[in-house]
Amino acid sequence: MKIQLRDPKEVMKLSRLGSFHQSKLSFLRSFLQEFKNWEYKRDLLDLDENGFGIVIYSFKKKNRIYSLICFANKISDQERSDRVIATKWDAAFTLFDGVPTKQDIERLKQNVPKQEVGRLSFKELTLSRANKSVRIFDYVVECLSNGNQPDNDKLAKVGYLYRTTAVYGSGKFGLADRFRIKNREEIYGPFRLEMMLVYLVRQFTFDQVNHIAKSKNPKKAVTLDPDISRNLGIGNSTGLGMAPFIVNHPLLLNNWIMARETALKQIREIKEVKKKDVDLIINCLQNSKKNIDNWTTESEYQLLKIYNLKKDLDLLLQYFSTKFDCEKEFSYNELYIWAKNNLGEECLEFMVSVIMEPYEQITNPLIRTMSADEEKFFTIPIEKTILDLKKVLELKYSDILKIDFKKKKNNQNFWFISKNKEEPRLANRFQDEGSDLEQPLAIARDICKLYERISNEKNSLKIGNFLMNNNDLRHVVRRAFITEKFPYAEIQDNTIGSKLMPIDMLRLKLSFFGAIKFDPRSDKWLRICMFQGAPLPTELTTSDDHWVYNSIN
Amino acid sequence: MKSFSEIDTTVKRASKSIGFEWGVAEELGKNIRLLEMFGLAGLKNLNSYFKIYNQKQFQKISLISKINTSTIAYCPIISGTNFLDQVINLETMDEINFENMAFPLLFLPFVSRSTEIIGKRIFLNIDEKEFLLNFNQSIYSNYLSSDIIDSAKKIKIKFIENKNTFEENEWQELYKLSEGTFVEETDQLKNSAAGAGLTDND
Repeated sequence: MKIQLRDPKEVMKLSRLGSFHQSKLSFLRSFLQEFKNWEYKRDLLDLDENGFGIVIYSFKKKNRIYSLICFANKISDQERSDRVIATKWDAAFTLFDGVPTKQDIERLKQNVPKQEVGRLSFKELTLSRANKSVRIFDYVVECLSNGNQPDNDKLAKVGYLYRTTAVYGSGKFGLADRFRIKNREEIYGPFRLEMMLVYLVRQFTFDQVNHIAKSKNPKKAVTLDPDISRNLGIGNSTGLGMAPFIVNHPLLLNNWIMARETALKQIREIKEVKKKDVDLIINCLQNSKKNIDNWTTESEYQLLKIYNLKKDLDLLLQYFSTKFDCEKEFSYNELYIWAKNNLGEECLEFMVSVIMEPYEQITNPLIRTMSADEEKFFTIPIEKTILDLKKVLELKYSDILKIDFKKKKNNQNFWFISKNKEEPRLANRFQDEGSDLEQPLAIARDICKLYERISNEKNSLKIGNFLMNNNDLRHVVRRAFITEKFPYAEIQDNTIGSKLMPIDMLRLKLSFFGAIKFDPRSDKWLRICMFQGAPLPTELTTSDDHWVYNSIN
Repeated sequence: MKSFSEIDTTVKRASKSIGFEWGVAEELGKNIRLLEMFGLAGLKNLNSYFKIYNQKQFQKISLISKINTSTIAYCPIISGTNFLDQVINLETMDEINFENMAFPLLFLPFVSRSTEIIGKRIFLNIDEKEFLLNFNQSIYSNYLSSDIIDSAKKIKIKFIENKNTFEENEWQELYKLSEGTFVEETDQLKNSAAGAGLTDND
């Protein structure tokens, strides 16, 4: 049986993309898989009694070494902020390519804690900073220094000791450009070195908390139990900075979604389903109920999504126990059709993620397709005609062409870059200043404008000639021809409408990172957790890949 | 050192800010990145051009012809964008000339990228400076300075037909040598080694 890939007009709607969950394709999981056989080491721990100083970790294989250098600093409670406007953090990190010399460390000590206003070099691969969780960090130190383990329930409400507030890579602030490392065998997945940084930062949080507790009470202190450590991840606080990325990288977006959709298609095409595989899926679904119960948020938007997920998850498990028949051919396809008709978007996409669990023979080759050589498709095909372009727009953007941008509500917002922090922001076109400096992220509106413009042109006119007088739409002409080749390259929605929920765009990206426990703090900002339940670095070689569902409680 | 990614982003934003459309600004981000990667002073030249861009008048050519002359200096960005967009038609002209172009180094990456579109090398002269543009993979030049070139009296673009650099007899000589790695087939090998046997047309 040949199953069609799902229609981009169904999948690429923002509400659907905002319902995506982590899966075997997620970058943090594929990073752990790739690096599980690398040699992990803590090379230096030079902290004072309050936990301030330098710590260095490394991953090594043959001649390749990656070193994470951590700078832990003293800051006051008033200085601690997750917002991008902050200038000081509890700790700052950089992933160094190789083994840093004393001079490198000295140079980085002067620059890494400054983050955006510091300068990095091509020897550094990623950059980040993080703040302690005010809710639990001191509490954990207190417990350990008194010889006690912290209360699991209390920890579960937070899920991490530190929260990163930005992770930078790919040439930002002088970091190495991606082209310098893209041909390395271990770097074939997107954001792999960003994932390495976050993973090692997690270990830093455990080492620091243990060190402070021991310094406080050397005789009585105990170290954090490995089971408790494993159930702690790294938090992340994310604002709008992430949203334009998925618009600005259409080919990369396509490759991520295409991998996911291809995995679903291939699973639906499995003729004979093995019972042990179905048992694994059911096990993951059942275990995930605990995670979902611990998914705390004050956001009404997210609370409703979690409520629907829980309700639908029960229905899904019921389906598995009463209707799913391994003896029947193509029973995953039947499951998918049932789920599409009976579950909401949140649970449907959750199911799509979970059914990948037994099938690494399907997902592993797809992980290798998730990077993109964007330069290759940058040049506009000037030899094509207006008729070609018209066909692309009518076929690939038919839903978008129905949006009436003369209506105020469809045109309400604009994206801009803040002068203070050079970060993307969203504002109301009819109330706020700055729409004259709008960023080119209103793709739907500009596509409609392009369609209207070409309707007055001769079908035989070459694109090169059309552009002679229409360079104001050049950016969308380029996109249209990318979308022609790559069906999931475009969000099939309005990114400036009054109903826009920017956190849907953030969640899409974060789900591919492998984040869980999305906790919107507003419609433009959310907190998440990464690596919660993941094996500790010393356990990597013996760990299994289903840890996401297994150990969080 | 600034990374190429920083150069791309900043050039794109600066180009929009000075008055170019987003789509052209995207081209410029890639172009300056390309020049800097090839070791040519793209950013320096762009910066100097932008300093005078809104003070002086530049000729904004639309349709490029075989000979393009103007008393007002041509804008290298508008000329370059149109060259890139029209290169399939221009290729048939064999040679194209511009007289009087401002900051001609900014025109170069458009021409380099055009070689990739048409699948032919282009020989570019900016006055006495020579550039052989090879399918946007490399640039061979007698110009190694990182100076600002604020104008060019004459720019000559020559499309180079795809042909080998060697003669047929030279090829044959080398081919003969390569035959030294082949095995002479016996009747037995003819029967068995290819798999299809001798009666594969039945």
